[in-house]
Amino acid sequence: MSIAGRFAIAGVYEHPSRFSPDKSEFQIMAECAKGALDDAGLQLSDVDGLFAASMTMGAMGIIDLAEYLNLKPNYLDGTNIGGSSFVAHVIHASAAINAGLCDVALVLYGSTAASSSMAIGTGGRGGAGPAESFISPYGMTTVGSYALYAQLHMNRYGTTSEQLAEIAVAARYHASMNPNAKMRQPITVDDVMSSRVISTPLHLLDCCIISDGGGAVIVTSLERARDLRKKPVIVLGAGEAAVHQEIGSPDLLTIAAKQSGAKAFGRAGLTPAEMDFAMLYDSFTITVLATLENLGFCQPGEGGDFVSGGRIKLGGELPLNLDGGGLSSNHPGMRGIFLVIEATKQLRGEGDVRQVQGARLACVHGTGGTIGDKHSGATLILGVE
Amino acid sequence: MMAEIQHPLPNASWETRGYWEGAGRGEIVLQRCRSCGTVQHKPRGVCATCLSGDIEHFAASGQGTVYTFTVTNQNMAKGFAEACPYVMAYVTLEEGPRVLTNIVGCDPDTVIIGMKVKADFATQERDDGEAFAVPRFTPV
Repeated sequence: MSIAGRFAIAGVYEHPSRFSPDKSEFQIMAECAKGALDDAGLQLSDVDGLFAASMTMGAMGIIDLAEYLNLKPNYLDGTNIGGSSFVAHVIHASAAINAGLCDVALVLYGSTAASSSMAIGTGGRGGAGPAESFISPYGMTTVGSYALYAQLHMNRYGTTSEQLAEIAVAARYHASMNPNAKMRQPITVDDVMSSRVISTPLHLLDCCIISDGGGAVIVTSLERARDLRKKPVIVLGAGEAAVHQEIGSPDLLTIAAKQSGAKAFGRAGLTPAEMDFAMLYDSFTITVLATLENLGFCQPGEGGDFVSGGRIKLGGELPLNLDGGGLSSNHPGMRGIFLVIEATKQLRGEGDVRQVQGARLACVHGTGGTIGDKHSGATLILGVE
Repeated sequence: MMAEIQHPLPNASWETRGYWEGAGRGEIVLQRCRSCGTVQHKPRGVCATCLSGDIEHFAASGQGTVYTFTVTNQNMAKGFAEACPYVMAYVTLEEGPRVLTNIVGCDPDTVIIGMKVKADFATQERDDGEAFAVPRFTPV
């Protein structure tokens, strides 16, 4: 039986801090857990499924986290497929609840990426092992990987740096309405174009910021969620996928969103055109453009036009990343959980001055890893009754 | 004048040894499945198309085309920080597979998608006795 329409997000919380040198990852997660449980009207003792990933949690990290919270869950899921992990956790939680393996799933993320001075975008990628040896000799960076994609897109379709800049401008406009956002001063296309080039064709302002932060999401059955404090936000459709270099010659411009999005929209029985807004992982401006095309919001090559002319700003046809996204609000290394949190707030009507009026349907898509090498994608279609 | 890239030393497993030893001889070595004929890269202990373990290695021509690239102006990692700006690229080999690489021996601003390139091998001082080299590409 499909999970579509029978499971819901019952509680969310985003940590307000963007710099927490005095806190550990697990402490941030615990503070977020309290926030989300309060939001839902639940207690820690109600939680019987634990889902988490972080920049530093290793193979047994989910058990370390269970100990930190003194939880003895019936279901543990430490899936780490990069920044999309938490979108995938919501899907996995729905499946676990559907199977009767747990009732109340707590999804957690916490990070001190900024206060630990992690060089995420322009540190070297790849280790010294045999598999990484095909990457590490060549100076791959996270920015560089996305730049490989952007260069190809511009070459094939004539996409311009000015069009990519529109995505950063819209994110900053939304961040200007988010009191917790790290970067709130509005910017222009010219500001993006005149910022220094990190890796051609991507400028500094095409890149996400680095912050600390964390979040929590509670998933339960729709039936139970209806009895809790807040309006349930229902999982209407879901899909996951991975894209890699295959046996040497995939089309680089096809990202995981194409496969996961088709599954998610198909399972929901909905189309991109029916979405009131979208929360799309914005590690870089090009990530958003690639995601829009691969999810089917526009055709391949049309992304540049799609993001122009105010369409993706609040009040436009498809407002994107209403919290300011990773480009301006927060990006503590993995930001998939914030996509789910902001989508939930918007669908409940809790968007305050950045509320999408009348929002009832949303598409959430997380990208984990890098689209110029290998990555995961997780898509959720969310809605309210 | 910027410094040359100091490539981190590649390490091989038994599955990937053929590639790096080939580079040490000045060859781009690819795998072909003796069972289904599929050419694959990166190297594996099995054919990822039919799962046969009967794999042969062969020397590719070393000729290829730039599929996409980026001129990297910022990389904090040792060996690259001093070499910025450098060109990282995917090159599609004549035989089909693509390799991640650097384009060297030219002004970074002259690299374009579709440019014809050929393999160029950087030999390295190693203290483990391995005769590996790092394949890069230069304009034809």
